[in-house]
Amino acid sequence: MTTFQPPVIDWAALTPVLVIVGAGVLGVLVAAFAPAARRRSIQVVVALLAPLAALGAVAWRWSEVVGGGESTFVAGQLAEDGFGLAAQMILLVIALVGFAVLASRLPGGEDAFTPQGASAPGSAYEEAARKAGLEQTEVYPLALFSLAGMLVFTMANDLLVLFVALEVLSLPLYVLTALARRRRVLSQEAALKYFLLGAFSSAIFLFGVALLFGYSASLTYADIGTAATASVGMDGMAVVGLLMVLTGLLFKVGAVPFHAWVPDVYQGAPTPVTGFMAAATKTAAFAAIARLLYVAAPGFAWDVEPALWVVAIASMLVGTVLAIVQTDIKRTLAYSSVAHAGFALVAIVSLPEGGPDALLFYLLAYSFATVGAFAVVTLVRERDDAGNVTGEATHLSQWAGLGRRSPVLAAAMALFLLSFAGIPLTAGFLGKFTAFVAAADGGAWPLVAVAVLASIAAAFFYVRVIVLMFFTRPEESDEPQRQRAQAVAPGALTRVALVVCAAGTLVLGVWPTPVLDLLAQAARFVV
Amino acid sequence: MIDLAWLVVAIPLASSALLLLLGRRSDAWGHLLATLAAVASFVVGLLVVLEVLGQSPEERINDVHLFSWIPAGELSIDAGLRVDPLSLTFVMLITFVGSLIHVYSIGYMTHDPARRRFFAYLNLFVAAMLVLVLADSYALLFVGWEGVGLASYLLIGFWNHNTDYAVAAKKAFVMNRVGDMGLIVAMGLMFASLGTVSFSGVDAAASGLSTPMATAIGLLLLLGACGKSAQFPLQAWLGDAMAGPTPVSALIHAATMVTAGVYLIVRADSIFSAAPTAQLVTACVGAFTLLLGAAIACGKDDIKKSLAGSTMSQIGYMVLAAGLGPIGYAYAIFHLVTHGFFKAGLFLGAGSVMHANGDSTDMRTYGGLRKVMLVTWATFAVCWLAIIGVPPFAGFYSKDKIIETAFVGEGWQPWVFGGAALVGAAVTAFYMSRMFFMTFHGKARWVDEASKLGADDPRPRRHPHESPLVMTLPVVVLAIGAVSLGFLLSLGDGITGWLEPVTGHVDHPEPVLPVPVILTATLVLVAAGVALAWRQYGMNTVPLTAPAGSPLTRAARRDFFADDVNEALAMRPGQHLTRTLVYADTAVVDGAVTGAAAGTVASGRVLRKLQNGYVRSYAAMILAGVVIAGAVLHLVRL
Repeated sequence: MTTFQPPVIDWAALTPVLVIVGAGVLGVLVAAFAPAARRRSIQVVVALLAPLAALGAVAWRWSEVVGGGESTFVAGQLAEDGFGLAAQMILLVIALVGFAVLASRLPGGEDAFTPQGASAPGSAYEEAARKAGLEQTEVYPLALFSLAGMLVFTMANDLLVLFVALEVLSLPLYVLTALARRRRVLSQEAALKYFLLGAFSSAIFLFGVALLFGYSASLTYADIGTAATASVGMDGMAVVGLLMVLTGLLFKVGAVPFHAWVPDVYQGAPTPVTGFMAAATKTAAFAAIARLLYVAAPGFAWDVEPALWVVAIASMLVGTVLAIVQTDIKRTLAYSSVAHAGFALVAIVSLPEGGPDALLFYLLAYSFATVGAFAVVTLVRERDDAGNVTGEATHLSQWAGLGRRSPVLAAAMALFLLSFAGIPLTAGFLGKFTAFVAAADGGAWPLVAVAVLASIAAAFFYVRVIVLMFFTRPEESDEPQRQRAQAVAPGALTRVALVVCAAGTLVLGVWPTPVLDLLAQAARFVV
Repeated sequence: MIDLAWLVVAIPLASSALLLLLGRRSDAWGHLLATLAAVASFVVGLLVVLEVLGQSPEERINDVHLFSWIPAGELSIDAGLRVDPLSLTFVMLITFVGSLIHVYSIGYMTHDPARRRFFAYLNLFVAAMLVLVLADSYALLFVGWEGVGLASYLLIGFWNHNTDYAVAAKKAFVMNRVGDMGLIVAMGLMFASLGTVSFSGVDAAASGLSTPMATAIGLLLLLGACGKSAQFPLQAWLGDAMAGPTPVSALIHAATMVTAGVYLIVRADSIFSAAPTAQLVTACVGAFTLLLGAAIACGKDDIKKSLAGSTMSQIGYMVLAAGLGPIGYAYAIFHLVTHGFFKAGLFLGAGSVMHANGDSTDMRTYGGLRKVMLVTWATFAVCWLAIIGVPPFAGFYSKDKIIETAFVGEGWQPWVFGGAALVGAAVTAFYMSRMFFMTFHGKARWVDEASKLGADDPRPRRHPHESPLVMTLPVVVLAIGAVSLGFLLSLGDGITGWLEPVTGHVDHPEPVLPVPVILTATLVLVAAGVALAWRQYGMNTVPLTAPAGSPLTRAARRDFFADDVNEALAMRPGQHLTRTLVYADTAVVDGAVTGAAAGTVASGRVLRKLQNGYVRSYAAMILAGVVIAGAVLHLVRL
């Protein structure tokens, strides 16, 4: 019998996570005890200050760690290294702008969430809650908990920790998805689908964990990696296990064929949640995939690479092709995000030659554009006969001529779309460029060729929206019976978020050197 | 002061930018600012010249580094200025004549609503031309080269509401592109074979070039020079370029821009010295063009187009001299400077005449203008004597040197080149005298507006008058230059000594004929040309409409079918090619693209069916993905 060794916990390294978790707990207390009138404002302040504080903590850890101070702790289950810190930094930036959009309200004072999640859609109870001006301020702690899960995701060095973090980030998102103020049935359906499929993929993930444990008798990446080099004749089990673990993660990033939930959930979820979820979940899950492949799986890289190639190619093609035939802006962006998962996988496949900095830059560029684009979607609204602002105008034909009515907003949207398309002088171009160059250096030429072709085809549906906004008169659009969209004036928070996203997209596109240098420093995993 | 040489370029450039950016707000004073900028540029240039004169001859080549311009791996180009006697000669010519023409334009363009824009372009031209001559590398030279091309395009088409003028501008631009391609490819070859495009780098390494490579570079540079300087076979644009306002013709298409080709050849001495074939071709092009241009000038009744032919011919002299190698460089530049003065004077005089005759350029409707435009007549007369090379006017000194040099050499060459130069002098005397007599002497072929005459009188009604002082004064200054410059620049070592640090010291061998014989022959031929012109156009009545004329005359009137040749060889095949390409683009490329797009949409419609909204089928998709991937990976491993 070996005596129990309490693991060494490096509390300093956990500061960023602790700040966010603490803020989440604080948020729950506020939701429970703060007076209703001031509840929301306190929540917003907490939700915005927490990522800011965590960002400071990450910067501090960065100065301590990068360049020699990397380590694993809690018995090798968590890793603190440049890669993880860089991913956390990106996540916290996304969280800042994402939460700002999340907290925004329309000029009429309504926010993006249902006044009472427990009410049945269309019931008298719901109507009473609306009249009473209730607000579901639990969304802020939920978002913070999800963020905490994502932060752990980037530093998880152990399959069980990875699983716990996966659930911590997913469960709040299921709930948030169900809380849309309008089209509530669609929202709840989306949440249920997301939950069911998420549970299903988690099960596959766990099955994979079991197989890997059976193979290496350990759950930490380092041990699995060591076992892979000391061949024990059960490689088949390990490869299938790894594939199943990857399936769970690829489900989160929405790669084909694990993408089916993406359009339905992105469409049904409250748009601010969609923006945050699309950017942050993808970033966190890709960080986890990169660490898994780098640290645990180099011995099997050869075996799983074909699968990753197929998934990457399928994601790019299916995402692009289906985005072309969409008529709903949120679904278009959802399929575009599927295609982007494929592009990011191109950067992953180049591991380890290409290095993870290309991946991180790609994710940063994609995140700015995603949060920004969905923020614009929250502002483009229909109006009822009395002129009151109603739901979001998500049908593409409604966007016709938006550029004439709201030139600045449409220009910002155009910028984000161009960044998605990868047009030079936007962040998206350099993101794609660095990712493809990394992949080409790694010898993945066919993959790069497909990626470039898919980018060309993808430009079609991005530019189509720009053409609709700027060069189409509303009366020329196909479906005149639809009401055309009016943009509402963004609130201060959304305005800040949009400016940050647009500036980030431009600066990373025009003068990316500082960020690239920073990420190049971070391109190290601790084993 | 040499370090501040960049101001020479910067002042007119800034003024141009200011005028274009301020727009109508600067309408009131724009022309004054532009003129001031040109003069200021001249003053700075003069100060630089004085400083360089203070240096000993060996030190007079100054390279001024400005900034690192194109740092691209192996190709690293710095932007810098080459301040040496050659470039300074051009700076003086450009800024001095340029300033005078700015002043003249104040009067000429008074009534034009777009006068400010005109001056902005004029400043732009001056700045670009100065970049061209001050550059210290072929790359920066090319920037100026394109800049003057742009300015030339904008100014030829200045009255582009007239479609013909717009077409003329486009023609000039397109034909210049042909030459520009030569220059670009030449630069590419320089970089490929020498690894540099700076003057100093190329000069140092050129002797190591293989002869075929040097010949290729030399011929490509010559192509560039032909485009810019309207030499055969790229000469056809110059006549049409006369569509621009006359001050533009004087400055750009007579005095400065069209001489850039000569500058390029002299500057690329190291290349041409390593490529005797290219040199010989250069001389042949010059000799041919000087005869061709002179013949065209004889056939034209349009005063500006006749002058354009003359410009072509005179530049032919310069290119011939430059093609003779180092013995001819200094004389080419010498003639370039004197030509800049008297040809600008002639053009401005022609502008005065046109101004006085309701913008008509048809010499057949002139005649007897001496009585009403005395100052213009006198200055025109001086410039006329200068261009035909009557001593002691400027053209005599410079042209005679070229003719003498053309007779130097062995074999057939001195006889052909010298003969061409001699014949050219005679023809020059004829066509210039024809122009002079037709315009200012003989009976008036116009009627004063005030006089009462029958409606059936075919003569146009005019009211010729002398131009205002602001227009006559610059012409007078130019005329003074046309009188004195030849003599002044030959004093002592003269311009040859001044240019020696650049062109190198050369001994001048004896021509195949004794110099006095050449001199006498030239003067006799010139006198004969003048006499012939006087007999035909001074003494006899000039018909109001042109007679049918000999086949040669008819050919000269049509620029020796240059347009027809260009259209048959380049334009129509080009049009066919573009039509074919457009067809191929719509049918093949667009077809492929739209086909691919249609295929994409169709496959999208099919794939869409998988997205049926049922969680069970989504889950099945996930499961199928895992199972298939797992099975395949497993099978591959077995």
